[in-house]
Amino acid sequence: MSDFKKPKTTAEYEANFPQLKPLMDANMAYYESSRCLFCYDAPCVKACPTSIDIPLFIKQIHTENLTGAAKTIYSANFFGHTCGKVCPTEVLCEGACVYNEQDVKPIEIGRLQSHATSDTIRKDKSIFKKADANGKSVAVVGAGPAGIACASELATLGYKVDIYEAKAQPSGLAIHGTAPYKITNQDVIDEVKYLQKQLGFKIIYNKNIDTRRELNTLESKYDAIFLGIGLGDTRSTGTPGEELENCIGATEFIEQLKLDPLSVTIGKKVVVIGGGNTAMDAASESARLGADVTLIYRRSKESKGAYEFEYDLAKSVGVKALFSTNVTEIIGDQKVVQLKCVKTQSTDGKLKNIDGSEFTIECDFLIRATGQVKQKDFLDLAGLEYDKRGKVKVDSDSGQCSNPQYFAGGDAVNGGAEVVNACAEGKSAAQGIHSYLLGKQS
Amino acid sequence: MADLRANLAGITSPNPFWLASAPPTNSGYQIMKAFDAGWGGAVWKTMGVPVVNVSSRYGAVNYRDTKMMGFNNIELITDRPLSDNLREIEEVKKYFPDHAVIASLMVQTREEWHQIIKDVENAGADGIELNFGCPHGMCERGMGSAVGQEPNVLQTITTWAKEVAKVPVIVKLTPNITDITEPARAAAAGGADAISLINTVQSIVNVDLDTFAPNPSVDGKSTHGGYCGPAVKPIALNMIKSCAQDRDVNIPISGIGGIETWRDATEHMLLGASNVQVCTAAMHYGFGIVREMKAGLEDYMDSKGFEKLDDLIGKSVPKVEPWEHLNLNYKIIAEIDSSKCIGCQLCYIACEDGAHQAIELSEVDGERTPHIIEENCVGCNLCSLVCPVEECITMVDVTKNKTHESWSDYINNGKAPTTFDDDRAGGKHHWVPEPKDALKKRK
Repeated sequence: MSDFKKPKTTAEYEANFPQLKPLMDANMAYYESSRCLFCYDAPCVKACPTSIDIPLFIKQIHTENLTGAAKTIYSANFFGHTCGKVCPTEVLCEGACVYNEQDVKPIEIGRLQSHATSDTIRKDKSIFKKADANGKSVAVVGAGPAGIACASELATLGYKVDIYEAKAQPSGLAIHGTAPYKITNQDVIDEVKYLQKQLGFKIIYNKNIDTRRELNTLESKYDAIFLGIGLGDTRSTGTPGEELENCIGATEFIEQLKLDPLSVTIGKKVVVIGGGNTAMDAASESARLGADVTLIYRRSKESKGAYEFEYDLAKSVGVKALFSTNVTEIIGDQKVVQLKCVKTQSTDGKLKNIDGSEFTIECDFLIRATGQVKQKDFLDLAGLEYDKRGKVKVDSDSGQCSNPQYFAGGDAVNGGAEVVNACAEGKSAAQGIHSYLLGKQS
Repeated sequence: MADLRANLAGITSPNPFWLASAPPTNSGYQIMKAFDAGWGGAVWKTMGVPVVNVSSRYGAVNYRDTKMMGFNNIELITDRPLSDNLREIEEVKKYFPDHAVIASLMVQTREEWHQIIKDVENAGADGIELNFGCPHGMCERGMGSAVGQEPNVLQTITTWAKEVAKVPVIVKLTPNITDITEPARAAAAGGADAISLINTVQSIVNVDLDTFAPNPSVDGKSTHGGYCGPAVKPIALNMIKSCAQDRDVNIPISGIGGIETWRDATEHMLLGASNVQVCTAAMHYGFGIVREMKAGLEDYMDSKGFEKLDDLIGKSVPKVEPWEHLNLNYKIIAEIDSSKCIGCQLCYIACEDGAHQAIELSEVDGERTPHIIEENCVGCNLCSLVCPVEECITMVDVTKNKTHESWSDYINNGKAPTTFDDDRAGGKHHWVPEPKDALKKRK
């Protein structure tokens, strides 16, 4: 059982979801930054999808040049603040820190990064250089990390950029999908506002692009179109009973939690199906809402997709796990009451249910973290090629799609990765767009 | 167990650790507390005509996560009346008759010197230290380092002191001079029983980038101060060595400068100091720091089989030679232990940019341990110094020619280069990349 009670007030909610990487104060940052060895050809930089010059910004923090540190960070990654908090640093920069090689605690790079960026955001320091307007305009579909990174880079190059966003808030999964103990919504929104104020791109909210007519308008009105459309709803696995009440997709569950945490529905005995990072998040979150949580994954513990530290985090709040277990049926009249399960066995990579190992478990709330669907309908509408798994086909350097006016990046291209990957892809696609439009000009 | 009892020119103390004349020895209260904590002696904050001080008085150099790696002050000698100090000296000696209480003095005329020496002796001082070192405030008044920088004046005043002194006289030297042996010889010639060095180094520790005023700041202005703390130890060690080696000096030395640990103190003594004086470490950590010094020195002496301080004092003096006597045939090269390497590549870039391009990176992707290019390695040590891992880079003896040949021998044997393009140039056989190769490494 978890030690948490369902939060009834914002204060209780915040107490149940304390920040994993709280901001450092100046003193902590001073001492932590002093430890950096300033490695040559530093492994942390190589491990960062956006190649932030980490030793440089740490040195800048140490010499009390926080604005310089923020410039270093933002010149590589427009979501510098968000990434400092939500990146899986344990497997990226901090995991690559050479201190690990001698069993010394790696530098807390993520927290140092947020320390510098929070200072410039709070003080609203102007740090970006913008080229003169070049008279060209680009439409961005989706105000997630990929879209905003692309728009920001384009703005620095002198483009007029309009972002069309289906939801009411910017930054996509950075708000709607990241666990509340990693970053607050306000932090994410503040960073987008900070970028927008200096770079001047426009975001049109609550505007879903889903008709051919709308695409025609974009194609004629803009010189290029960037798609940062992400993924869709949670994928169905076809398990009987998925339609029952109290059976919800993880993406939808987390979005509700992030947007209105006190009104979110949760059960007493929650089961989360899945073995990825989203499953771990949903399980942790349910436990922090006071539920007794069991994670069920059809494959073995070793083959789960989640990072080890995410699994540890879930375990630390009381989540139990059943590996090599398949949920074959969701039972209940209107609401879920029980799950039929069976143990599984993997032979030569093929998963088989073990006959005779069937059992049932009680469950009054089921969260399916079984992946998100791809946006094939939209891609068909736009007439763009995608692979057999539904990922948009792009040129890996420029992000250009099969229709040269279109570019894409983020989850829709990589199939679902980290915020930092989306930032890297959005930014490099902006450069792709720039080269493409320069080429057309000459 | 090792005997830590020390003797400087006849002044004995239970151990060689004295507090130097400075703020920690401003009062009898502090000195009693220090003796109680384990210090063997104390040099009273310099007495003379009391001064008026400014605030603030101290500045510091912090390095990375280390506070006060260097420290400076613009405080002057005592601002307390002489009679108060004399009364307290008497009281301290009553409680601690076996500990060394030294009176540091700074006055101007011969009569003043005679009078104050008699006064402190009457109060029970075990020795006198003539402050010819203070590099700020007092020197402008013709005292302190103004004396230390004029060997003739120094010798004269030392003679005045010796005319009346019944206890040993120590002359404290300023390092703000070209050749430390000159004032040291003058002190010996004036009859000093010992010298103590170094006093502080003239300095400005830093400048406030907003107010443009250096620190310490006094109402928006500053002045040069005296630098001390761990940063000055190398300067002190070299000067102590020079005095210890000079036949015309030939009097005991009290080592001062950057002593914070037993190791620092031991180094001072190995290079010729009979005891040591400490200030900054006590100002930083309090008197309790002496526990580490005493325990460390004792353990070191036991491990080396030294029974008394005389067994180690000066042991390193013969180990320092003029450069032209060093063996040019001795050759070491670096060796990297790949099992210890953490892949920071600091050795690579240090050698590449700061030395002799004798380290290369692996061609194998993902392999971060660099390799030594043995034929390029000149054995300079830089890589092993920048390496953050203990014992990862070691220097290996690869001497082929076992004969000892120094620069002096080279000159005598006609092996020394004499013209600009001489074939005998030491670097003649070293491979050096072409200048334009530098641009190929651009990222």
